[in-house]
Amino acid sequence: MSGFFERLLGRSPSKGSGSTAKERLQFILVHDRINLPPERLQAMKAEILEVISKYVSVDREDVDIFLEQRDRDSLIKAEIPFSGITDQDEARKRLNQPSAAGDDTLDDG
Amino acid sequence: MGAKVVTVTSGKGGVGKTTTTANIGVALARMGKKVVLIDADIGLRNLDIVMGLENRIVYDMVDVIEGRCQLRQAMIKHKQFPDLFLIPAAQTRDKTAVSPTDMIQTADKLRPEFDFIVIDSPAGIERGFRNAIAPADEVLIVTNPEVSAVRDADRIIGLLEANNKGPGRLILNRVKPEMIKKGEMMSAEDVTDILAIKLIGIVPEDEGVIPSSNSGTPITLNENSRAGQAFRNIARRLNGEDVPFMQLTESGGFLQRITRLFSGGQSE
Repeated sequence: MSGFFERLLGRSPSKGSGSTAKERLQFILVHDRINLPPERLQAMKAEILEVISKYVSVDREDVDIFLEQRDRDSLIKAEIPFSGITDQDEARKRLNQPSAAGDDTLDDG
Repeated sequence: MGAKVVTVTSGKGGVGKTTTTANIGVALARMGKKVVLIDADIGLRNLDIVMGLENRIVYDMVDVIEGRCQLRQAMIKHKQFPDLFLIPAAQTRDKTAVSPTDMIQTADKLRPEFDFIVIDSPAGIERGFRNAIAPADEVLIVTNPEVSAVRDADRIIGLLEANNKGPGRLILNRVKPEMIKKGEMMSAEDVTDILAIKLIGIVPEDEGVIPSSNSGTPITLNENSRAGQAFRNIARRLNGEDVPFMQLTESGGFLQRITRLFSGGQSE
């Protein structure tokens, strides 16, 4: 996540305001094109993470969910590393849990 | 068949749509093409004054649509080019006086007689824009290397795609090579990277543009103007010719500048 925002905020090596303009536009247009403001994107990311966490243990520090452009098409990419589950009981509990709540969340999202 | 209908639009106002329309029209006429320009900015007409034809208007687009005159009567012939015509916008009405269907019907009547029909769109994304793109075979999006203009261009490209008129080709107007060199202005490559559409022209900022509209003589008639050259190149590309982009960021003589900058404006 942090790497993505650093790229967007122009902390990558750049000189004049021309490259700032380009980076700002790339950020704005990703959101404009899918009509999803940054705050809503944050809410969506949190919800995605919540759903995944119902099934597997996630290493939240290294999660990266971001929008990407391929020509003029937008797509969402997610890198969500699992954290190793050492507790076997915990794993069994997850497997036996009814997944109805998780399905609802997916449908609403 | 017949004419190709080309609409010039931008989203944002003041980026040079009318100047571009006038210059492309004149440049195509210079090439011997039969051209009619239509001002689709009902209520805020300007193409007539930029073309130097404002004193010869008797009838306008709305008169044609409402049946007060024949289409032929609203077509003003250019002084210098007998195969270049202008259909002016009404000045005292608003955009609702014309519908997209009216525009399609008018263009269809003109198609058999012309090689190009060039429509000057109003700014914005409302009725006037929808009127202007309705008959278009190709849309040219004019923008400046400036954040607000590029953002609006992106919105326009999205709307063109939604209306099956996209993606169109881009004209980057008012480019200042000196500022690009200093890193204080986005380059043509930056803008095509962002918008992901093809470029049809890069027009340098040129102090001759305002005097040319002051006198109603489009700058493309000035052989020595770089902006004029850029508009002539756009006209040739519209006509299907493969014309290299002007090299703006390197110093050197005029001929050296007209070397290949890059082929398509973007990777495909």
